[in-house]
Amino acid sequence: MNSVGEACTELKREYDQCFNRWFAEKFLKGDRSGDPCTETFRRYQRCVQKAIKEKDIPVDGVEFMGPNKDKPES
Amino acid sequence: MVKYFYCSGLLKSTWDQVCTAFWQRYPNPYSHHVLTEDIIFREVTPSNCLISRRLLTKTSRSPRWMERYLPKHMASSAYIIEDSIVDPQKRTMTTLTWNISHARLMSVEERCFYKVDPENGSWTEITREAWISSNVFGLSRAIQEFGLARFKTSVTKTMKGFEYVLAKMQGETPSRSLAETATERARETALAAKEKAKDLASHAQKKQFV
Repeated sequence: MNSVGEACTELKREYDQCFNRWFAEKFLKGDRSGDPCTETFRRYQRCVQKAIKEKDIPVDGVEFMGPNKDKPES
Repeated sequence: MVKYFYCSGLLKSTWDQVCTAFWQRYPNPYSHHVLTEDIIFREVTPSNCLISRRLLTKTSRSPRWMERYLPKHMASSAYIIEDSIVDPQKRTMTTLTWNISHARLMSVEERCFYKVDPENGSWTEITREAWISSNVFGLSRAIQEFGLARFKTSVTKTMKGFEYVLAKMQGETPSRSLAETATERARETALAAKEKAKDLASHAQKKQFV
């Protein structure tokens, strides 16, 4: 899968590989021994956050789980 | 005015497998409309939950009668954010997905809850709710109908995509019959709703010229 920043796709793949392994083999099994992916995540984030700024994608200030207010049922 | 949608479904895989597949669902044969995928935030909380934010770019796929109401400079692809919380202790995952572009034209918010199927510990139950709204003067009903129809089709694709990725992870090929029947039914419902939406749209347009 491509990244929104064309130059970041390789870094994304590297991070995804590390994360998927950690997620299935450590995180889900309750192993809290720490995240082996911090370096590769940092490299990937540096690239993708730059691409987001350059493309003016409106992600800033969007609260986590933002629109999760009570909603009317129609 | 908001259109509300609710459905619940089962995946015949364990909650662990489904959550693992969740991060590997793109690309799949049913996701050609998804152009890019990025994790733009991720953290393990002090209570050992994984919170993540995923940014997706999707093709906009609006019908021509709707595109007329989009300003010409607006990109033909849409940006979507998906926030999620995975709790490996409680064995639940909650996701919230919404579009951060084109929102005045149509806003779709989807909340999903993944948990172990209470009837079968090796299966996963997914509960899905969506709120579809539009603020375009004179066309909001038609746009909401269109949005709802497209959402229902998306749900089928999402489940098929999941089944595909899960089967791949487990080294098999996905079973066709149940998925195909579900698709047919969803397609018929979606088609009926799309026709209704088109009707409403042309009615609204006629009214404007009276």
